[in-house]
Amino acid sequence: MTHFVIIGAGECGARTAFALREKGFDGEITLIGNETLAPYERPPLSKTAEDGTGPKFIAEPQRYAAGGVSLMTGVTVQGVDPATKAVTLSDGRTIAYDKLLFATGARARAFPGIAEDSQHIRLLRTHADAVALRKAMVPGKHIVIVGGGFIGLELAATARVLGTDVTVLEGLERVLKRGVPEEVAGVICERHSLEGVDIRCGVAITAIAEDDERAIIQLADGSTVSADLVLVGIGATPNAELAARAGLQIDNGIAVDECLRTSAPDIYAAGDCCSFPLAIYGGRRVRLESWRNAQEQGALAAANMMGLGETVSAVPWFWSDQYDVTLQIAGLAEGAVQHLRRDLGEGAFILFHLDQAGRLLAASGIGRGNAVARDIRLAEKLIAARAHPDPAALVASSVKLKSLLAA
Amino acid sequence: MSGNWIEVCAVEDIDEEDVMRFDHQGRTFAVYRSPDDQFFATDGLCTHEQVHLADGLVMDEIIECPKHNGRFNYKTGQAKGAPVCVNLNTYPVKVEGGAVFISI
Repeated sequence: MTHFVIIGAGECGARTAFALREKGFDGEITLIGNETLAPYERPPLSKTAEDGTGPKFIAEPQRYAAGGVSLMTGVTVQGVDPATKAVTLSDGRTIAYDKLLFATGARARAFPGIAEDSQHIRLLRTHADAVALRKAMVPGKHIVIVGGGFIGLELAATARVLGTDVTVLEGLERVLKRGVPEEVAGVICERHSLEGVDIRCGVAITAIAEDDERAIIQLADGSTVSADLVLVGIGATPNAELAARAGLQIDNGIAVDECLRTSAPDIYAAGDCCSFPLAIYGGRRVRLESWRNAQEQGALAAANMMGLGETVSAVPWFWSDQYDVTLQIAGLAEGAVQHLRRDLGEGAFILFHLDQAGRLLAASGIGRGNAVARDIRLAEKLIAARAHPDPAALVASSVKLKSLLAA
Repeated sequence: MSGNWIEVCAVEDIDEEDVMRFDHQGRTFAVYRSPDDQFFATDGLCTHEQVHLADGLVMDEIIECPKHNGRFNYKTGQAKGAPVCVNLNTYPVKVEGGAVFISI
C-alpha cells in the first residue's frame, strides 16, 4: 500500500493528514510528532488568559485512528534518506515512505548564552511553555518581555489581564516593525500604555543573568532591569536541519517550488519550515510564520502528494488579538508607495497599501472585536485578483468594498 | 418544527448577500439574505471559537467566520473545512408582510 509520511504534528502536519483523506487518498498515513500531545492549536498559547489546563486540540485525538492516520507522538525523526526513501526514528525504527512531507515548523529563537532549562528566562512555542509562563503571571510579579513582536505583545496583554506587571524591551525604534505599519502599531502601543505596560523601544540588551530568585537584564546604557521572569520573543527559526542533513536545498528554511516540492524527489515541505515563491508578488521567495499559511499549505501539500499539481495562490493573512483589540493584515506591503486610510467607526480603521501603478498589495486593519474582519477579507480577494481599486472608493466607508470586487 | 415564529426584522434591513445578528431570549442567531433574495437562519456563533458569524463575510451561499475564516453553507449549516468541523444548526425562516420571521 502507498505510504505517505508526515514529519511534524502541528497545525500543518495534522491538516495535511486530514486533507489527504478528504481528497480521497486511501493509502497509509503516518504523522510523526516530537511532542507527547496530539496536535493542538498554537495561537491560543500567547493569547488566552486561561490557566492552561489543556490545549485546544486541532481534532479530537480519537479522530486520527478513526480517519486511518497513524499518529506517533513523542517521537523524533533522526534521519531521512532520500535514496532509500526511509526515515529513521528516535526509537530505532525505520519507516519506508512513498511520499514524505516536512511540516517541521519553526522554533522560538533563543537569546544567546541562555541555558535551555533556565527557570527564569523562557521561550514560548509549546503548550508546556505556555503552562510554565502562566504560573509566573500572577499579581505582584514582574515579567520582562524581550522583543516587541506579536508573541511578546500578546503575552504582555495576557499577563496584564492576569494582573502581572509587564515591561517590554524592544531593540528597534518601535514595536511590530516587521510587517505592521507605524499607524497601526501606534494604536497597539497606546493601548498597552493605557493598560500599564511599560514599553521601552530602542533598548539594547548586553546580557541576561539569573540567580535562584530572578533574572537581571543588563542594558547597554549601564542600567539593569530585574524580573521574576523573562520571556524572550525575538522571532523564530525554521526547523530545517533534518532536511539539510538529508541533502535538501535550504534557503531561509527548506526551499520548495510553487507546488511545495523540495529539491529531492517525492519530498515536500509546507508551513513555517519552508520558503516558497509567491506568484502574486512576482514569484518573490517568502517564508511565512502563520496559522492560516500552515493550514492552507497543508491542504496544498496533500493535493500535490496525490499528484494534483496545484500551486500556491493564497494571499498571506494573519491576525493578532491583544485585550479586546484585533489586528488583521492581508498581503505583503513591501513596495507600497501609497497608504490610504478607511475609517470604520469606533476607532477601527484599515490602511490600504498600493504600489506605484495603483495595485493593491496589502491591507492592515485594527479595531475592537471583529470590526475590520469583513473588509480585510474583501481586501484579500482584491489582492488575489491583482486589482487596482479606485482610491476614492477605498477611503469612502460608504462605498461597500464588495462592490469593488465585481469591477 | 417547534412552531414559534419570532419576528426578526423588516426585509429591507438585510442587504442581499449579507447577514444580520439577531439575539432572542439569551440566544444569538445569524439571519441571511441570499443573492437570489431568499432568507435563512443559523446559530449565531461559529462552532470553532464562539465568534459572532454576523461580523463575517457572505459570499454566495457561504458565511465566513470573521475570526479564523471557518466557512459554512448557511443554507444547510454544513461546515466547509478547516478549521471548522462541526456544522451549524439551521432554523426555518418565512417572510410575511415585509417582515422576516424565524422559528426556533
